[in-house]
Amino acid sequence: MLHTFAIYVDNKPGVLNRVSSLFRRRAFNIESLTVGHTETPGVSRMTVVVDTDDYGARRLEAHLYKLVPVQRVDNITIAPSIARDLALIKVGATGDARTQVMQLVDVYRARIVDVSPESLVIETTGTEDKIDSLLEVLRPYGVIEMVRTGRVSMVRGTLPVRRRAPARTSGAAVDTRADVSNCSV
Amino acid sequence: MKLTGAQILWEALVREGVTDVFGYPGGAILPAYDAMLGYPIRHILVRHEQGATHMADGYARASGRVGVAIATSGPGATNMVTGIATAMMDSSPIVCITGQVGSKLIGSDAFQETDITGITLPITKHNYLVTHAEDVAPAVLEAFAVARSGRPGPVLVDITKDAQQSSCEVDWQAAVPNLTEAFDEALPGDGDVRDAIELINSAERPLILAGHGVMQSGAERQIVELAERGQIPIAVTLLGIGGVAAAHPLNLGMMGMHGEAWVNHAIQEADLLIALGMRFDDRVTGNLKTYAPTARKIHVDIDRAELNKNVRVDVAIAKDLRAALDEWLPLVERRDRSAWLGKIEASKGEVAVRDIQNLPDDGHLYAAHVINDLWHLTGGDAVVVTDVGQHQMWEAQYYKHNRPRSLITSGGLGTMGFALPAAIGAKIACPESEVWVVVGDGGFQMTMAELATIAQEHLDVNVAIINNGYLGMVRQWQEFFYGKRYAATPLVNPDFARLAEAFGLAATTVTTRAQVGDAVRAARRSKHAALIDFKVEQEDSVYPMVPAGADLHKMIRRPSPIVETAAD
Repeated sequence: MLHTFAIYVDNKPGVLNRVSSLFRRRAFNIESLTVGHTETPGVSRMTVVVDTDDYGARRLEAHLYKLVPVQRVDNITIAPSIARDLALIKVGATGDARTQVMQLVDVYRARIVDVSPESLVIETTGTEDKIDSLLEVLRPYGVIEMVRTGRVSMVRGTLPVRRRAPARTSGAAVDTRADVSNCSV
Repeated sequence: MKLTGAQILWEALVREGVTDVFGYPGGAILPAYDAMLGYPIRHILVRHEQGATHMADGYARASGRVGVAIATSGPGATNMVTGIATAMMDSSPIVCITGQVGSKLIGSDAFQETDITGITLPITKHNYLVTHAEDVAPAVLEAFAVARSGRPGPVLVDITKDAQQSSCEVDWQAAVPNLTEAFDEALPGDGDVRDAIELINSAERPLILAGHGVMQSGAERQIVELAERGQIPIAVTLLGIGGVAAAHPLNLGMMGMHGEAWVNHAIQEADLLIALGMRFDDRVTGNLKTYAPTARKIHVDIDRAELNKNVRVDVAIAKDLRAALDEWLPLVERRDRSAWLGKIEASKGEVAVRDIQNLPDDGHLYAAHVINDLWHLTGGDAVVVTDVGQHQMWEAQYYKHNRPRSLITSGGLGTMGFALPAAIGAKIACPESEVWVVVGDGGFQMTMAELATIAQEHLDVNVAIINNGYLGMVRQWQEFFYGKRYAATPLVNPDFARLAEAFGLAATTVTTRAQVGDAVRAARRSKHAALIDFKVEQEDSVYPMVPAGADLHKMIRRPSPIVETAAD
């Protein structure tokens, strides 16, 4: 199953390399990885999604802690959390098709951020499901180019993260339906 | 007072208690070498940087102190890679210092530039690229802290030439490392002590698996107490040899691929395995699907990442072994387990008749006899440093180690060429100890240049070459699994005795068992290094043997009568 880790690291040169090298040499496949600044100067936060079992996830967490620049690792897979992905999608659309695309964009509460005679660029934020779904309906119009950031996640509320995933969980996965924010689909 | 980066380096090493370093100078590390003369440090000039890392490793393993190796940039640094990987696999604390081209030149493919921090990233616990004199002290002090802490291992500090040359004030207080402690609470692997104790106290056929961690954490006394309280037999890993005295009645001996048959059978029949400071390496477990099928398992290791890696366990405890055992001991019930011990003892009898030691001398010189004689002649008290291959396994089987840190060998990485330089490191660390190198004719030739280091430093290190004219272990695999097609395993060797004499060592060649005693006694008597070339049976094999990936109890046993392959 997919596990999501929030990893707090020292913001120093080479740290991303150390983390990604660990995943590579321990034969874990990264589904997505994002990195950026946090509220604390000098600390960066990575959100890494990995496909592995519970044992693999625990081992990975232990390995991450052995990296000197890693300050903290939270496995937020089963914690109630908000997960978002951002995508820019360039669609080739003229004439009638253009109107139809604009309607779909409306339904998905996405935005058109660039218009040219031959194409539109659509910006959308949401869960990976939502973006996948939008992409699916846009495909018939001709997706010329797409870029996605990969998942960023944050645990809800101020409760401490449960760092130990229970050995046996039923279903698990992030429940995104309860999101109060957006997600029209 | 301002110091140069080079002076800060040595000052930091002295503050860490370093008295000896193993190294080889070159352009990018010259400022450091120049500054070295002002500090009370013994520098051992090696003949190859790989040797420097193995020496630092042997130094660390023999003494428990951090070993230090130093080299220049580029080829000097890349030559260290094998030694660093060896130390990583066997959790040996070493610090490697490398020079680097000037910081302005980094990335320009300058002369002798190499991205050594990139190259060694996966084989070090951590590494540092230092480009300012101000950063030398914090990096070096932290390197030592990292090398020593938790599960020990190698750390590399790469210092640019300009960082060595420029000067700054040093605030030693501020340079003290502040390592982020891993979040200890509720991390995976915090099994309940009560669960472990309940399993131990209720087990009928428990078995302790003792690894390198016993010595790393200094739990030698605790593990024996645990065994004696519960009357629990102990099996040791290759690197665990010496952690429990071989003479202790509860110590069964080595487990795994070339472990004794009764040990592997005991593992397969146990109802509880108590794995202490070991990591269920594939050479120890054989086929994981059939490994210890009836046993519950407790695993204690300081490295959480080792828990539930190869073998799923019932209780996993991530803790320093000595601390864990101190916690357990008052709770372990005194039990009589004579039925279980008797069963194991009975299985030994059947095996002993196959043992080569019990067979009459038939005029051939067998490696096992040589090693067994060496054990007797040294009173079992030497520090033996072995290389990798058949001789390594025979040493593990036939030299009975009663002291911790008295067997030094490359286990995890299986690095041929390790023995000679590692023995030099061990001798520097423990000058009072008798040090023997037991090495094959193949591995010896990988690093034999270090004989010159022995001569230059006037070290009393004795070398026993187990010379069978083959890459013996590979030949054995070819014999067993590749239809005796000896591809690239026969060796045409130099005359090792004359070679050693050219280096200034005393040397003899031994071809019969009758000569073994005199040769070893002469080597021991002399206060100088000696080399003995033991020309042993060529096509002898190490038994028993669990073929790679086979079930642990399905061993290829010693033929009876012995050595059908003996060629006249």
